[in-house]
This record gives sequence, structure tokens and C-alpha cells, in this order.
Amino acid sequence: MMSDWIPLWLHKLGSPPTFYRFAGTLQPWAMTLALLLGAIALYGGLLLAPADYQQGDAYRIIFIHVPSAWMSMFIYAVMGVASFIALVWRIKLAEVVAMQSAPIGAAFTFITLVTGSLWGKPMWGTWWTWDARLTSELVLLFLYLGVIGLYHAFEDRRQGARAAGFLAIIGVINVPIVHFSVNWWNTLHQGSTVNVFGQSKMAWDMLWPLLTMTLATKFYYVASLFRRARTDLLDMEGGKDWVRKIAEDEADR
Amino acid sequence: MSALQHFFAMGGYAAYVWPAYAAFFIVLIADTLAPRLRRRRVLRELRARLARQSARQQRHSPPSAPSA
Repeated sequence: MMSDWIPLWLHKLGSPPTFYRFAGTLQPWAMTLALLLGAIALYGGLLLAPADYQQGDAYRIIFIHVPSAWMSMFIYAVMGVASFIALVWRIKLAEVVAMQSAPIGAAFTFITLVTGSLWGKPMWGTWWTWDARLTSELVLLFLYLGVIGLYHAFEDRRQGARAAGFLAIIGVINVPIVHFSVNWWNTLHQGSTVNVFGQSKMAWDMLWPLLTMTLATKFYYVASLFRRARTDLLDMEGGKDWVRKIAEDEADR
Repeated sequence: MSALQHFFAMGGYAAYVWPAYAAFFIVLIADTLAPRLRRRRVLRELRARLARQSARQQRHSPPSAPSA
């Protein structure tokens, strides 16, 4: 029956040695795609796209700022869902995915704040303002740091993952706040330029590098998550035979 | 102004555009390197633990049995 084989391969993929091998096979491909798409996006964004009629060349920060901002929210959502699965079904791999996503999400949130600040200075005349969009993105960074800190505060890693998972789930409420803040409150931050379901307010020359970089950051996340998850599984399963074998094989090299 | 100089000048916004791109790459490179370093450390510690274990087992085994 169909309902029988789907949980079977999912169950197998959830076992640490299988996932270790699976992630190890896909990781280089994801990283290659990320680098390739990233290079194409940079070429399109920095060299081919024309300067903006209002913002001049300063707008080119958009090609890293907006994809990073999207990733900061996307990764948080993944972390929230994985934490929920981990709490309800106690799946070890879901804990690993949730906790190893946190540093990557924090990295993208940090990039978003720094690049936004560097964009805000010449356009708004200030590095920072306490408006809804900027403040909620800063709260997102603190949520990530809180999850990472709470996870490491416990002696028992699984207990830490459970506590941090709770915080991650509660913090999910902030994601729609970040997203809709430009519509809900009066803010200095410009409204969204890209609209998935309608006409985007952006010329195609500028839009395609932005979308390509968005795809590149997605593949980057997969590559980084797999790299981190594999390392974490080795650390967690240190006493098991499959990890011993890897430790011995790599010593010979 | 040459095309290259024109490119690096970023229409007068070089001081904002290039640091933004630098931040993007520096943070992501650090994110890429951190798990590699951790992996190396984890495996090194595991090998050290395994070596200690096998040394202890040899000490407890009778001296007549030669180690392979």
C-alpha cells in the first residue's frame, strides 16, 4: 500500500547513518549550484543591471539584502516546523535540523541588518531607526541567539534541543510581523518591490538577478545545513560503530 | 575614468555598496568554515577516546596474549 512505503523511506532517512550518507551526497551539489547561481546573480546585479533612477548605484545592495532578509524568515520557519516535529514525535533528526538551522538563520539575519544599515545611511541619512521593520528584524536576531544560547545551556543536548525548540516555536509569531510590518505600520523602510502573485514594481533587468540570488541562498542554506547536520550527528553518535568507522577511515588519510 | 574605475566607484556609493558585499561574503565564509573545523575536532577527540579505550583493554588482558 502507498501509505506503507512513504513512512518507510522517511523512517530510513531519519536514521542518522542513512541521513549522513544522503546529506554527504547532496551537499557538494547544493554548494556548487549556490556558487554558480550566486556568480550569475552578481554578474547580472553588479554589471548588467542599470543604475536606479532615484537611488543611483546604492540600490545594488538589494541583491544581497533582500535575499538575506527572505532567508532570515524562511530559515526561522523551517526551524519552527522542525522544532514542532521534534517536540511532538521526538525525532532526533528533526532536533538536529532545528538546532543546526539556528546559526545559519542568525548569519542571514545579521547580514540583513548590516547591509540594511549600509543602505539606509546614504538613502535615509541614518544607520538605524527604531521603526517596525528594523526592530522586528532585530528581534528575529535575538530570537535566533536565544535559541542557540538555550540549546547550549543544557548539559544534556536533547533536553537543550527541547527547551530551545519551545522558544523557537513561540518566536514564530515574529515572522509574519517582520513580513507585514511595512504594511501595518508607517515606516521609513520601503514597501515590498517583489510581488509573487502580482506585478512586481521592478524592471526585469533588476528582477532576475534578485531572484537568482534568492535561489542561490536557498541552495546555500541546504549545503550549510547538511554540513552542520552531518558534523552534529558525528558528535552525537560518537559511541556508535558507523561513526567509529568514519573516524578511523579519516585518520588513515 | 576607465570602465573598471567606473565600476568600483559605484556612482559615488562605493563606501556603502562594497562593505555590504564584503559583510555578506565574510559572514557566509565563516558559516562554511565553522562546521568543518568542528568536524575535524569531533573526529580527533573520538580517535583519542578510542585509542585510550584500546590501551586500557590491552593493560587488562593477560601479558601472554600478544597484541595483534
